[in-house]
Amino acid sequence: MSVVRESTESTIVARKSLFSRLNARFDLRAYTMIIALVIIWLFFTILTEGRFLTPRNISNLARQVSITAILAIGMVMVIVTTHIELSVGSILGLTGGLAGILQVWYHVSTPVAILIALLCGALIGAFHGYWVAYHNVPAFIVTLAGLLAYRGILLGITKGQTVAPLAPSFKVLSSGYLALVPGIILSSIIIIGLVLTSILSRRSKIKYGFKVKPLYFEILTTIVYCGLIILATYVLYQYEGIPYPVIVVLVLAIIFSFITNNTKFGRQVYAMGGNVEAARLSGINVRRRTLVVFVLAGLLASIAGVLTTARLNAATITAGDGAELDAIASCVIGGTSFLGGVGSIPGAVLGALVMASLDNGMSMMNVEAYWQPIIKGSILLLAVWLDIKTKKK
Amino acid sequence: MGDYILEMRNITKEFPGVRALNNVNFKVRPGEIHALCGENGAGKSTLMKILSGVYPYGTYDGAIIINGEEQRFNNIASSEAAGIAIINQELTLVKQLTVGENIFLGNEPNKHGVINWHQLYYESKKWMAAVKLDINPQTKVANLGVGHQQMVEIAKALSKKAKILILDEPSAALTENEVDTLMDILRTLKNNGVTCIYISHKINEIFEIADTVTVLRDGETIATKPIDQTTENEVIAMMVGRELSNRFPRINHETGEVIFEVKNYNVFDPDNPQRKLVDNVSFSVRRGEILGIAGLMGAGRTELMSSIFGGFPGESYGEVYINGQKVEIKSPLDAINNGLAMVTEDRKRYGLVLIHDVKKNLTLANLKKYCKSGVINANEEIHDSEKIVNTLSIKTPSLETKVNNLSGGNQQKVVVGKWLLTQPLILIMDEPTRGIDVGAKYEIYSIMNELKKQGVAIIMISSELPEILGMSDRILVIHEGKINGEFKHDEASQEKIMLAATGGN
Repeated sequence: MSVVRESTESTIVARKSLFSRLNARFDLRAYTMIIALVIIWLFFTILTEGRFLTPRNISNLARQVSITAILAIGMVMVIVTTHIELSVGSILGLTGGLAGILQVWYHVSTPVAILIALLCGALIGAFHGYWVAYHNVPAFIVTLAGLLAYRGILLGITKGQTVAPLAPSFKVLSSGYLALVPGIILSSIIIIGLVLTSILSRRSKIKYGFKVKPLYFEILTTIVYCGLIILATYVLYQYEGIPYPVIVVLVLAIIFSFITNNTKFGRQVYAMGGNVEAARLSGINVRRRTLVVFVLAGLLASIAGVLTTARLNAATITAGDGAELDAIASCVIGGTSFLGGVGSIPGAVLGALVMASLDNGMSMMNVEAYWQPIIKGSILLLAVWLDIKTKKK
Repeated sequence: MGDYILEMRNITKEFPGVRALNNVNFKVRPGEIHALCGENGAGKSTLMKILSGVYPYGTYDGAIIINGEEQRFNNIASSEAAGIAIINQELTLVKQLTVGENIFLGNEPNKHGVINWHQLYYESKKWMAAVKLDINPQTKVANLGVGHQQMVEIAKALSKKAKILILDEPSAALTENEVDTLMDILRTLKNNGVTCIYISHKINEIFEIADTVTVLRDGETIATKPIDQTTENEVIAMMVGRELSNRFPRINHETGEVIFEVKNYNVFDPDNPQRKLVDNVSFSVRRGEILGIAGLMGAGRTELMSSIFGGFPGESYGEVYINGQKVEIKSPLDAINNGLAMVTEDRKRYGLVLIHDVKKNLTLANLKKYCKSGVINANEEIHDSEKIVNTLSIKTPSLETKVNNLSGGNQQKVVVGKWLLTQPLILIMDEPTRGIDVGAKYEIYSIMNELKKQGVAIIMISSELPEILGMSDRILVIHEGKINGEFKHDEASQEKIMLAATGGN
């Protein structure tokens, strides 16, 4: 047996920094994905004679990816528990539409309209979770019913019209940029947070008597990460600054990475996905966790709904149509397994970035519209096939 | 050669690391009911899988001779063509289809691929009559009880012109009345010239129905005897007759006060709610005591314990006391909070999240200890996991190795470790050493001794008699859901337990 080794020596585990712990499921697969992304970017950069990699386009791309990325964050947790959420596109449309109607027709202030939309999304999620967890109706059916029904409700409440225009305070959520000074402050906070957590984590490890990586190594990795953050900030400020939706995605990705990796709830959700019987017999309340997973997916879909309405500056009946499929594709490209128990938030966000890069790049190259879904579909199939191939080895 | 309808000569079958069958000889006369007995793991099922073509020709040594001709079965279809049909413990009917459709599944009367439904249901009736099944052949199998389903299986086998019928533990899931009906059917079949191989470890049934008995033990044929030339005791002695070696490091230890008590506990079959799996069972365990629970497969041991633990789907009622306090346990979480832990049988299905790593599996049942407002203290978690890995000497390259990649014994230790981390007062262990090698077994026993010294009450379900005898301070024997015997360590013997487990007194 190759796995058998002296246990005393072998169980000494080198701890990772917080940042790498956030990316715990990020390992080899994630690197191949980053490489794939770099190849796609290079490819488009060459074909568009550099236009793809301009600060302006990067800024656009970041904005484009945000909606899919937010949906994918919620979808990862649903798929990890071996369920599926097909109605996120419709929830997006309905909650976004609701926020638009409240503001345009009933003159509700922006924060209140948003709050109601988010509440609505969470409630819809709870409704789905209730059917799946407490009545054992397959999630595919529950959310397929939702996909149909919410689109119908949206059509009914908007009376089939486009509801516009929104107040500037709403619109700015999507079109706004963080000004230079707050942007620099934000980046600085992130960098300081990063440095602090690596120091604290190192101290804690030493306190517990764990082996730590050499100091220079940790300093070096921290510097590399900080450098990447500074570079990204710099590029975005070459254009207008950090788009607000990007900030939303970043915050959500960090929060949900933390939830999935560092909380009891997250751990139990992954365990349920890996073996629901073992999880149940280990004292996990499987039903309640399932319910919460759907609530979170609904909530995230409504956040995406609000951002979509802000971006279109209107509530439309087609908002989010088919978005659930992009979200599912992002998760799958990002390494989430339909067998359950495996999947990561950063992976799904990267997956969304791959999908958005394809859209964006092909548009820039003036590829005819009908080709775009064909190519995206082929790449999805290819990605999963490659994954299965490499896993076998 | 005309004496025997079936001869299996010098059958040897090896699995990686284990010789499951060693030079087994098995001869069956035409028209008889031939019982095949042996403890769990004696090799009965392996032998029958060879006969029915599950293990094809070439994966074993030896010869199968039917009516004087050597046969080489490459798959199940070829053994069926030779007139052999097997009815497995887990029935293999398609529940959504009707009785008639099931009987002729894969064999439907048709013309150019179009099924002749009238003929199908007409002929179904005929085969059902052979097993005294008087119901509408258009009934869905899902609506039948287990007893009827089994008869449908037999009818299906007969429709394939089976001459040799293998029944693997047919009575395990049946009620008493259903067993009687089954016996009737077997006698009728015998009169019609069908040969039956009847696998069972219920000795009373064997003596009721069989003409001849063959005993297997540790993969070898011990004896074949006509039933009227042997006794129940002799068969039991042949089944268990190996010497007990010093493989069990049991320690004598003063037991403390009663910590766990179960009164009048009943459990019902979730698939067959009239059927009681556990019938009015009461028992108690003391601190520092190992209570062994013996019995045959399907006696209701696992159902009893997992139901007490809150993890069994069937209905149940009865009283449970911990430290003299009555407790209500509705879910495994309640059980854990009350100081219970259960090392479940079948670690891959019920015990482990195989695709996750050692650490995550170890702390799964005890996460709240490492959490402050829901956030896991990763270092605390690693610290404890490392400690338990060292205490149990779990051999793993790291805490982040997927348990999938560990050996069976180490996987089992991970399950044990998971429950030890919850610091239980009462530890239930269901088949704690199944499928692991002798060395790992010894280590599990040593862990049990250590817990005993610490005052943990251990309830061990085991189908391995030597283990039950070697480790338990007290032994309860369960037969068909009832307690049918209780023995102190020094008064127990293999024969006594086997007799109680098969329904004797």
